[in-house]
Amino acid sequence: MTNIGLIISFLVIGVGLLWLFILALKGREVDRRIIFIFIGLAVSVPLLFRISFSEKATPIVRDVFYKIENLPEGSNILLSYDYGPSMAPEVEPMSNAFLRHALAKNHKVFIMCLWATGQSLIATAIDSIIKKEFPEKINGVDYINIGFKAGGQGVLNVIITDFRKMYLTDVDGVNLDSVPIFKGIKSLKDMDLLISIGGGFPGVKEWILFAGAPGNIPTAGGSAAVAAPLLYPYYPKQMVGLLGGIKGAAEYESELKKVYPQFANMPTPGIAMMGPQTLAHLVVMAFIVIGNIAFFVNRRRKP
Amino acid sequence: MANSKRISAIILIIVIATFLLSWIIKAFNLEGSPNNTGLWFSIRDAFFITIAAFLTLAIFSFLYKDNPYYKFAEHLFVGISAAYWMCVGFWSTLIGNLVPNISSSLSTFFRVPYKGLHFTYFVPLILGIILLMRLSSKRGWISRWALAWIVGTTSGLNLIRYLRTDFISQVSNTFIPLLVDWKGVGPFFSHFSLSSTGQFAMTLSNWVIFIGVFCGLIYFFFSKEHKGIFGTASRVGIWVLMITFGASFGYTVMGRVSLLVGRLTYLFRDWLGLIS
Repeated sequence: MTNIGLIISFLVIGVGLLWLFILALKGREVDRRIIFIFIGLAVSVPLLFRISFSEKATPIVRDVFYKIENLPEGSNILLSYDYGPSMAPEVEPMSNAFLRHALAKNHKVFIMCLWATGQSLIATAIDSIIKKEFPEKINGVDYINIGFKAGGQGVLNVIITDFRKMYLTDVDGVNLDSVPIFKGIKSLKDMDLLISIGGGFPGVKEWILFAGAPGNIPTAGGSAAVAAPLLYPYYPKQMVGLLGGIKGAAEYESELKKVYPQFANMPTPGIAMMGPQTLAHLVVMAFIVIGNIAFFVNRRRKP
Repeated sequence: MANSKRISAIILIIVIATFLLSWIIKAFNLEGSPNNTGLWFSIRDAFFITIAAFLTLAIFSFLYKDNPYYKFAEHLFVGISAAYWMCVGFWSTLIGNLVPNISSSLSTFFRVPYKGLHFTYFVPLILGIILLMRLSSKRGWISRWALAWIVGTTSGLNLIRYLRTDFISQVSNTFIPLLVDWKGVGPFFSHFSLSSTGQFAMTLSNWVIFIGVFCGLIYFFFSKEHKGIFGTASRVGIWVLMITFGASFGYTVMGRVSLLVGRLTYLFRDWLGLIS
């Protein structure tokens, strides 16, 4: 039944594209709403029929993965949720994968955000991942959520010398001096790895500029696709690695499943999104080809 | 005109009826699910799921044309965002940063640890009050002082970091070996590999960076006419830029499709229950 539905859907998209091609060749204008319907179909069909592809981690993603993997147990990893709900479908799979990986390796995880909207997403991640999948992990011992502080790069400029000048308590109001995980932690320089997940301002770039580079602290990132091309120049000298868009998230998830058998049945939204991505990109490419052919054909027709 | 109003009213009634029905069905579905936590919670959760689905579809309706449902969702979003940021700003900046440094009694009242009296914190407090003078038509000009302070400190802070990390380090990043691990022509061909971490791929990659940066810079060098070899390098430079823009466009498409997948997943899974 699934296969029949899939074939019918592909046929509808294929015949529709052919019809658009004929229309374009005849010099007729195509309403933009028809294009929206095609994109909607191209994304919905793989979602409904669960089309997905196998992923293999590229070096830039593998570098982040094995940086976390090769750190000794109990290392300090800082995760910064620098995004909001509008970016979440794209970057949340990354933050979830980082969190699972760091906790599975028994690292100490320090969670914070430079975006106010990241606070509720951190709370969701703690409830849905840490409390459910890692019930043995103790708040304040294995992980801590220090939340949001306004100031963007200014916050980084302060906590690179002293956390306590900015953060007196965690999000629950517990004094940082009384929390075991913060014993011996003075500043960002005591972290073994900084990971920023975001795609706007402040984000991965600010973490490199204001924390990673001046403090000589290994920094990695997970970025929304829109901002990813601007971050590649920092790899590999100024940045350990980067997860660029949902493709990066899918690659990281596949590596996590490969190395950790206990995550075989974990939700992999990144990998699940690659089916719709592929079909939507094929449709966009078809539109570009159809548009160009129609343009050149119609130009030749004009006297 | 009257006909148009009647059609709008009919559409409104259909929309309300559809989502009310959806709310009721969803509440029954949640009540019957294995994770059932009680009737009240089912009704509440079903309401939130339905309202989120309605707002998603209201925003999508703009793809057809501008309409009141889109406007409602847009205004709601703007209003809630403004309120959210104001509350977060109050609790994280005023209560979290300022109060513990200026008042013991206020720190006790807001249950934040008092750090002692620091007079330097009165500077941002005064500047913050000055910034609010913008609301006054007569004294609005005073707010420019606070604004000037913000602009000055931000540019001072950014200048050093950007100069060091974004400029000097980036320049040094382009000083890369054009022959990676070169041990001669013989070893190069005997160990030839197309692997992304192999000698050939790494050398090719470094050449692309070198030529790309060099020709890209030449394109922006306007003191000499772009003719001859210089013109050819400039044309290569613009090709490099075009490929970069193309890659950025591809990434943008990927990002936007991801967001669309996110919303459609919500509609198909959480609202309609079509996928697990």
